[in-house]
Amino acid sequence: MSTMKQIIFAAAALAFALAVPAFTDASHLNMAILILMAAQVGVAWNIVGGYAGQVSLGHAAFYGLGAYASTLLLVKFGVNPWIGVLAGGLLAALLSLGFGWSCFRLKGHYFAMATIAVAELVQIFFTEWDYGGAAVGLYVPMDRQGWLWLNFATKLPYYWLALGLLLITLGVNWWIERSYLGYYFRAIKDEPDAARSIGVNIARYKQVALSVSAFLTAVGGSLYAQKELYIDPNSVLSTALSIKMALVSILGGVGTLFGPVVGAVVLTSIEELTRIAFGGTGRGTDVIIYASLIIVIAVFYPTGLLGWLRSFRERRLARGHASRQMALPAAAVQNAGKEAV
Amino acid sequence: MKLLEVKQVSKRFGGLVANQDVSFGVDTGQVVGLIGPNGAGKTTMFNCVAGYFAPTSGSILLGGRDIAGLPPEACARAGVARTFQIARTFTSMTACENVMTAAMLLQHNVAKARKTAMDWLAFAGLERFADRPAASMTISEQRRLAVARALATQPRILLMDEVMAGLNPSEVREAVDVVLKIRDKGIACLIVEHVLEGIMPIADKIVVLDRGVKIAEGTPQQVSNDAAVITAYLGD
Repeated sequence: MSTMKQIIFAAAALAFALAVPAFTDASHLNMAILILMAAQVGVAWNIVGGYAGQVSLGHAAFYGLGAYASTLLLVKFGVNPWIGVLAGGLLAALLSLGFGWSCFRLKGHYFAMATIAVAELVQIFFTEWDYGGAAVGLYVPMDRQGWLWLNFATKLPYYWLALGLLLITLGVNWWIERSYLGYYFRAIKDEPDAARSIGVNIARYKQVALSVSAFLTAVGGSLYAQKELYIDPNSVLSTALSIKMALVSILGGVGTLFGPVVGAVVLTSIEELTRIAFGGTGRGTDVIIYASLIIVIAVFYPTGLLGWLRSFRERRLARGHASRQMALPAAAVQNAGKEAV
Repeated sequence: MKLLEVKQVSKRFGGLVANQDVSFGVDTGQVVGLIGPNGAGKTTMFNCVAGYFAPTSGSILLGGRDIAGLPPEACARAGVARTFQIARTFTSMTACENVMTAAMLLQHNVAKARKTAMDWLAFAGLERFADRPAASMTISEQRRLAVARALATQPRILLMDEVMAGLNPSEVREAVDVVLKIRDKGIACLIVEHVLEGIMPIADKIVVLDRGVKIAEGTPQQVSNDAAVITAYLGD
């Protein structure tokens, strides 16, 4: 997509996002918030999983760390969530060093499997940790509300928070994509050996990608805790959550700025609509549908929905080009005829 | 002046001796061919110099500094650039972006890297491909792109692994021209090559390996008349 078209698309999407609260009721607004939050973690995941090509299936560990850090700081020490959010992000970025140190020794599928194992360890730790609420989880107190305490009785402020965080996360990706980091990440993804030959310290830059991604994912986790007011290991640390973060990107298009946003709209809509359609008895229907979607994507459109749209447009352009060339000789003949007359 | 000095380098993989006490040198601006039959240990030697293998023993001096055992990225920083047998193009990028990524070794500014990259693309005769997807280029174009990419790190020595393998005669000529242009820039070249008709006319020196040891070193003329070399290539 040309830069101009990208800007127009982004502006239109932003205008739409800003207008959403004006025409939605509370339940649809909640769905919109879920979409924004899914998009945000997808975009964050995309930094390491998409651009740098290191498919992590353990990102729930960072999400959970963010959620637990801000919540524990608030519950146990009365620390303001704004500080808690930052602390959670920094903690996740710090722990991502250990995560990267242990997992980046492996490549490809083996890396992905190792990330699952590390995330499982984190989940087990929080399930057993009594001080951290163990399997029962933690409630976020509602006694102090307002923007200072990131705690609201209505949904609308959470919508603005989720939108703001998504925009910040997109901004970070946009900057990375255009800076040398974006080039290094793609080089590492495409040909790691060749990347080393031109002086790219691939271990260091994989870690940079992971740490930035971990920070932003953790901030998303903190926002989840503040919005849902309750967290437990299953809701913020599960492998299913890790997989969903990856799916959002893969479905929309890995390594593209807006791919995860598109993926989040599709996946979250499926999830919520099946929940509405089937209720409690339909548990897992959404998983069946999006598993099927992923199979279709993997087999037919490995570049994701955005990649598919792009190739569709390119084919159309190529056809248009070809027919113009075909038309040219006919026009030339006509012109030649005129000149002769 | 000696730019690269390989001193008594041995590389063992378990019980297999791939290189045994190999020594040779490359002068500034010299084109040196590293040849030998299959399994002679050329690529192993090459990978030791480029940092992909750590030699079991011996030293590799670049401008007097021992680079043996340094990782590839550190070798690149020290001034050793390389190409691979297969081009290893960054396929998600355009030709220009491939070269830009290498130019970023010296400065991270994207706009400046683009300018440098365009110069190197022109050098390799690829400027018309600049904004095309690198994956759409032919094998021979991608090999030249790999050379441009390696050069964008501004190396003191360029190691080329079989740049001419599988090319047709006119493409071999193009590859030879590129090598000569590189030498004119004062950059030394160490070339592992099977295509002897490509390397013999342009090399200042040939080093011949057989079964892991150096069996001859000298001008192409000397080497091609060497009894040990003839035996190694043709058998007794």
